[in-house]
Amino acid sequence: MVKISKFLKPFAVSIAAVVVLLFAQAQCELALPDTMSDIVNVGIQSGGIEDGVLQAVRQSEAEKLFLFMDEEQIRLFEQNYTLLQPQQLSEQQRGQWPQAQQPLYVLKDDIDESERQQLNQALSLSEMIVMSISAQPQTVLQQLNLPQDSDVFAALAQLPQESRAALSEQARQQAEAMGESTLNTAAAQAVKAEYQALGADTDAMQTQYILTSGLRMLGIALLSAACAIAVTWLASRIAAGVSRDLREAVFRKVEYFSLAEFSRFTPGTLITRTTNDVQQIQQVLVMVLRIVIYAPIIGIGAVMKVVQSNVSMTWIIALVVVVILSIMLAAFTIVMPKFTVMQKLVDKMNSVLREFLDGLPVIRAFSNQKVEEKKFDDVNSEVTKTNLFVNRVMAALMPLMMLVMNCVALLIVWFGGHQMDLGRLQIGELMAFIQYSMQIIMAFLMITMVSVILPRGTVAVRRVLEILNCEPSIEDPQQPQSFDPALRGVVEFRDVSFRYPGAEEDVLEKISFVARPGQTTAFIGSTGSGKSTIVNLVPRFFDVSEGAILVDGVDIRQVRQKDLRDKIGYVPQKGILFSGTIESNLRYSDVDASPQQVEQAAVIAQASEFIESRPEKMASPIAQGGTNVSGGQKQRLSIARALVRNPEIYIFDDSFSALDFKTDAALRRALNELCRKNGSTVLLVAQRISSIMHAEQIVVLDQGRIAGIGTHEQLLKNCAVYQEIATSQLSKEELGYDAE
Amino acid sequence: MTQNNKAPRRMGGHGMRGTGEKARDFGGTMKQLMKTLRPYSVMMFFGILFAAAATALTVLGPRVLGKATTALAEGFLAKATGTGSIDFDRIARILIFLLCLYCVSALFHYFQNWLMSGVAQKVSYNLRRALAEKIDRLPFSYFDTHSHGDVLSRVTNDVDTVSQTLNQSLAQIITSLVQLVGFTIMMLSISWQMTLMAFCVLPISAILVMQIVKHSQKFFARQQQALGEVNGYIEERYSGHLVMKAFSAEERSIAEFSQANQGLYDSAWKSQFLSGMMQPITTFIGNLGYVGVCILGGWLAIRGAIEIGDIQAFIQYVRNFNQPINQLTQSMNVLQSTAAAAERVFEFLNETEEVAETTNPRPIQDSQGRSLIQGQVTFENVRFGYNPNKIIIHDFSMYIQAGKKVAIVGPTGAGKTTIVKLLMRFYELNGGTIYVDGADIRDYRRGDLRSLFGMVLQDAWLFNGTVMENLRYGRLDATDEEVIQAAKAAHVDHFIRTLDHGYQTMINEDSSNISQGQRQLLTIARAFLADPKILILDEATSSVDTRTEILIQKGMESLMQGRTSFIIAHRLSTIRDADLILVMKEGDIVEAGTHDSLMADQGFYASLYNSQFEDCA
Repeated sequence: MVKISKFLKPFAVSIAAVVVLLFAQAQCELALPDTMSDIVNVGIQSGGIEDGVLQAVRQSEAEKLFLFMDEEQIRLFEQNYTLLQPQQLSEQQRGQWPQAQQPLYVLKDDIDESERQQLNQALSLSEMIVMSISAQPQTVLQQLNLPQDSDVFAALAQLPQESRAALSEQARQQAEAMGESTLNTAAAQAVKAEYQALGADTDAMQTQYILTSGLRMLGIALLSAACAIAVTWLASRIAAGVSRDLREAVFRKVEYFSLAEFSRFTPGTLITRTTNDVQQIQQVLVMVLRIVIYAPIIGIGAVMKVVQSNVSMTWIIALVVVVILSIMLAAFTIVMPKFTVMQKLVDKMNSVLREFLDGLPVIRAFSNQKVEEKKFDDVNSEVTKTNLFVNRVMAALMPLMMLVMNCVALLIVWFGGHQMDLGRLQIGELMAFIQYSMQIIMAFLMITMVSVILPRGTVAVRRVLEILNCEPSIEDPQQPQSFDPALRGVVEFRDVSFRYPGAEEDVLEKISFVARPGQTTAFIGSTGSGKSTIVNLVPRFFDVSEGAILVDGVDIRQVRQKDLRDKIGYVPQKGILFSGTIESNLRYSDVDASPQQVEQAAVIAQASEFIESRPEKMASPIAQGGTNVSGGQKQRLSIARALVRNPEIYIFDDSFSALDFKTDAALRRALNELCRKNGSTVLLVAQRISSIMHAEQIVVLDQGRIAGIGTHEQLLKNCAVYQEIATSQLSKEELGYDAE
Repeated sequence: MTQNNKAPRRMGGHGMRGTGEKARDFGGTMKQLMKTLRPYSVMMFFGILFAAAATALTVLGPRVLGKATTALAEGFLAKATGTGSIDFDRIARILIFLLCLYCVSALFHYFQNWLMSGVAQKVSYNLRRALAEKIDRLPFSYFDTHSHGDVLSRVTNDVDTVSQTLNQSLAQIITSLVQLVGFTIMMLSISWQMTLMAFCVLPISAILVMQIVKHSQKFFARQQQALGEVNGYIEERYSGHLVMKAFSAEERSIAEFSQANQGLYDSAWKSQFLSGMMQPITTFIGNLGYVGVCILGGWLAIRGAIEIGDIQAFIQYVRNFNQPINQLTQSMNVLQSTAAAAERVFEFLNETEEVAETTNPRPIQDSQGRSLIQGQVTFENVRFGYNPNKIIIHDFSMYIQAGKKVAIVGPTGAGKTTIVKLLMRFYELNGGTIYVDGADIRDYRRGDLRSLFGMVLQDAWLFNGTVMENLRYGRLDATDEEVIQAAKAAHVDHFIRTLDHGYQTMINEDSSNISQGQRQLLTIARAFLADPKILILDEATSSVDTRTEILIQKGMESLMQGRTSFIIAHRLSTIRDADLILVMKEGDIVEAGTHDSLMADQGFYASLYNSQFEDCA
């Protein structure tokens, strides 16, 4: 069994690369909403300030913060900040903090991520407390029973450590209730206020943050595009490559098919399988590489992002997926059966119309137009009705989907809003969440869309594999024998019976005869009598079912096919030519033939006259399928082609039908002469008695059996079938009765 | 009789929509299409109205949702700084309003689809019906130049294309236009600076895409060519498999094929790659807009020029802005191919019809239903050509008495059926007159004239139905008994009874379950039932087996009793018995007379006769 994976193997590395690149692309696509979230949260909401870690802080303000920090936290602060007098500030620092009039704590440069996090934890809470006290000092003063105009922080500093701790504990609980994200935002606000007090250009800082984040986004977008283009490049090459290899494998296989396999598949489907089906596989493969693999990656990636965000809204996405799935399922269960009906109706309409067109003369002759119109109108109405039903069901699909998608955003805003209220989510994350959910839904839709297209691909694959897995029934023997060198063109049938593969009855039964060199053996009989089949057995286009065919003393199954066929000049019923020139067609039987040989063959086949009449003579082009020469010319060229080879055995399978009477006669005369001279064996199938009357041996066939063998005169006397055929074709005088 | 019935059908249009084809007269075709649509103008008006309304509502969506986001963001910030909280009442109001908006929009959208699919289906029903009726009124000459496949494809594929456009593309164009305008208005209402930025980015996308399209078209054309070559090669070699085998040319074929196949690979992957680039590039440009909006929007938001929700809304507008543009360009292509399809449909509907019937037809039966016709035929200076520029019968005159036998002979392809087609007025003469019983055939009603003739042709036409139904086709009101009587008279009753279900045997679509000879036998019986005055017979050639041929001969002989007959003859015995022989060559009647007189003339007939049988003469 050949499998399609065999054809993918040479591209394994590329395919792996595609998968890796798709992962990279998905990572990039997923990182974009994250960055946007940063821009919104930090850039806009928090003025470009990422956390509560101050770059610089006035000593006076720092002391306020110390009020609500424990000793360890204060030590951490002092470790990471340097206290500088205004005059100690460097040029750059002075530029950054122009309003710095008093001693300043400045953050050391070499802070790593974990230290920063520790600092943030230590600072955020007290920053928030200080901010809220500064916002409403009266409340605190009242609480402490102090005069309204006193300095609240100075007063607080007077308080014992325990009561301050109680205050910060209270604030801590409050902050916990607000949630971490709220605390972060609040701390950032406090930091921003301090920077402003120091005279820093906070707007510039904010713009700076947005710009750098924007540039990062741009970088990610570029990377994503680069990945996608690389995937496209690889996918195109893989798909085209696989399709090339498949096409070649199929073609090679078919070329070695015997006529048995060939007729089993019929040339029509073999052609579509080699062309359309392979093309279809190519298309599907590109789709698989670019979408089918990508959709789950991005879908799962987005789901993971959503789950990681640690917000309990995953259910919204699950809900949407279920809703969409049920809508699609409902639509398809209603519509799918109608699709099959539809296809049948369209076929029916076609066949009614075709019948109408084909029978037009008869319909008009009997004046039955109205009957036909009624037939058509019936099927036309049915098609319209079914179409309308299908379309109106499908009409609901798009609006419903849109509605569902829109509702997702509404749900997320509503439930996300409550999550924000709990401090678990910031606005930017909520916006990102909407985008992730869209990505998931899109991935999901992509997969459903592809799942409609994929079955077409699998049908194509199956059809192609059917060919690749079909072994030719005729193969060369393991130890080929050679022909008896003493004989030259003796064909003997020994009790040959033949049945087409899969047929119920024998086409030929117990056929025995010997065809000798220098003689013409003709076959005649009505349609279906098996006369063409007999001659097609000689070149071993089919194998006999019973008995044996011997050529030059050897069973043809014991020699190599090529050796056998090299002895034979075969002329088929239809003149089949290949595109090229007249000469290339004539030389098809023998590439090494001399120009004289080719010339000679054309003369005998009565083809030289029309070849010479063409301006390019032998080099005249032949179009695909030989459409630019007439039927008679095609037959003459295909006869000449067999002659070029100068074979021992000629087979003419009803090859003179398209010739006019004069050419037919002249050709037969020339052929007879040649065959007698060369001592060739001629096997000739004919429809007309006049074409075979002079053969040395006539084999009369009737329903697959030999009804008589002999010369024309002998058969007229003793073969009833022959007489029947003869009288139906010729008058008494022409049969030569009266001539006696 | 029609020469073109084997022409291949055009391939179905699936996946091919919007490519290539263009109408020759776009405006004219559209005008005619509009005329066809007029009865449905009210439905279409409402359909378009609903489409516009549904789209306008969806365009509003992001802007309104932005308000909710802003409310959330502000409330959150207020909460963080301890100055307030999130106003959920306000948000709920906005969201409920949005929900209503989306529901109404979906409803409108569905109404539009419902209306438009109704219009599309009714129009295509009408078009198909009109096309089928038109077939009836077309002269035969039309079918000489147009294959059946061509006509079929007009009725199925072309009508389908028109229908699909009415169903989808029309509404899509409206939707896209409303979206385009709506998006622009919404974006401007948020911020003119951001709109300007977006409009700077979008053309980049357009230019890039156009460049790629230009490049990829080159490769695409190359691929199509290579594909054509490879497919052609395959088709040729598979059709010639027998010859290839006979001359052991397998390896030669494979080597040649391999080369062409490699060429196809080269162009195939390149064109696939270039067309595949389109999507990543448009996505990138989309992302570029996205980034731009984030940066500029952030900057503006800091300055309080816009709100956070506006950024979210704007992102959605920018990301979707490409969509209506792409759809419009696509719709334009679809419209082009629709026009081409509609043009083919209308072209067919506008074809010149058969010459009108005479206003004062000559009767063929008296009031009691007895036939008034004897069956006498006269040709007078008949001039005819399938193509008026190429006259093939120049000047033919002949008088044929009722009940005589006329044999028509000549080599294959000499146009022996032409006379028959003229007699039955399938074609109009270019000059001269044909008389039946002394009256110009144009003075009869076509149906009446044709009912005088019985045809028994070799490629006998039968339809998908029982044998009984097929025979009754000769006279629709015949009883079963009469049908069987006719079959007996034609010597086919016995043969029919040997079929597996006798008279009730189904004949399949292409009549492939009975042989050609058997089909001809059935048409003899059918002609018997019709009881015509004049017969047209086509003798069986040797492709029919001997026994059937004898049956056909017997049937024909009985049928010919007392009727004027025209026989397309292959058998010399028939020819020699004929009262008159018409000898045809290259379409023209070159000689006429009896066998003996023609032999004596030593003309074409004599040479034909001699060459055919020179071996035995």
